[in-house]
Amino acid sequence: MDRTIIAVASGKGGTGKTTVATNLARVASIQGLEVSYLDCDVEEPNGHIFLKPRIENSAPICVSVPVVDEGKCTACGKCKEICQYSAIALLGKTILTFPNLCHDCGGCMLVCPTGAITETGREVGVVEEGIADGVRFVHGKLRIGEAMSPPLIRAVRKRIPDSGLSIIDAPPGTSCPVIQSVRGADYVLLITEPTPFGLNDLKLAVEMLRVLKLPFGVVVNRADMGDEAVFNYCDSESIDVLLRIPDDRRIAEAYSRGQLATQALPEYNEVFESLLKGIVGVQL
Amino acid sequence: MKVAVTAKGTSLESEVDQRFGRAKCLIVVDTDTDEMDVHDNEVNLNAAQGAGIQTAQNLAGLGVFAVLTGHVGPNAFRTLSAAEIKAYTGLHGTVGEAIEEFKAGSLNPVDSADVEGHW
Repeated sequence: MDRTIIAVASGKGGTGKTTVATNLARVASIQGLEVSYLDCDVEEPNGHIFLKPRIENSAPICVSVPVVDEGKCTACGKCKEICQYSAIALLGKTILTFPNLCHDCGGCMLVCPTGAITETGREVGVVEEGIADGVRFVHGKLRIGEAMSPPLIRAVRKRIPDSGLSIIDAPPGTSCPVIQSVRGADYVLLITEPTPFGLNDLKLAVEMLRVLKLPFGVVVNRADMGDEAVFNYCDSESIDVLLRIPDDRRIAEAYSRGQLATQALPEYNEVFESLLKGIVGVQL
Repeated sequence: MKVAVTAKGTSLESEVDQRFGRAKCLIVVDTDTDEMDVHDNEVNLNAAQGAGIQTAQNLAGLGVFAVLTGHVGPNAFRTLSAAEIKAYTGLHGTVGEAIEEFKAGSLNPVDSADVEGHW
């Protein structure tokens, strides 16, 4: 199979991204596909709870932040002016750096006329890789207290192999970490629930994906609760609803024990297989 | 000497803004002449990050001796210290009242941030 990337995302948190992503990975593996699961929800990765990988290696991920040599600094202020993130301040002749605000663009180093700025590494988290029952497993774990997740998400995505199916478990929302996670995907699955909250956040996610020009479809989780508004919205916007997962208490019970729905309840194998076939189509 | 107050409006009757970096306005009063300047701080109010640092740098540019506010976070405090601007926190009421309290000499500057960032 050529390299195929499916990103699993949602506007609202707690709709079932990890449930769908991990079960898809498992059924793909059972179907004999070369499959990788990459957890980009680095602030709260939880795919490992269900896939139970054997971690084979762990690598710290650093971003570069500026260090100013005060002996060479002439307090010209060019570095402060180019920094869009207030990571450098200049007070009289005193230069201050705020490494936790730095986005690692390197601009300050480029504009410094005296070469007073060099870079040092600041660890933002780790990427761990392993194997989970035939599924290649990668996740990022953001350092506690760290706000800068996109560089770590980039590091997770660098581990997408050149061939086979890669399933990306994205963080919730529609901000930078999500965009970093779904960018370049061949298909995005938007998970939602049939509630006013689910609908509101689904609309935001749809707007985001339309700007990014990524093909997508919707999975409605706990589909027999709530109301019809999500279905009406998808209908009026001509958005494919690929799957309705019922509000089945047994799925929640399996989840609470850290079990995959398809493992605990074999009848769901078919459900996720048909979802997978619907997305990757003829390639299965 | 020039003293800045973080304010929710543009006059001495305006309420002291409890937020330093994301204060709506900065009112600078010369305590010797009672001359007053109002500086809009909207840009920092809407900043994605680093509002305290930018506001502190702006105050340094205005040449103030001290700032009267509700709270300052760690990045703001570090920047104010580098600029040798004294920070007085815990002020309530109007800008005018804050200035009077400062003039009366009953306030003490803080020697560290009194809240976490983004409190």
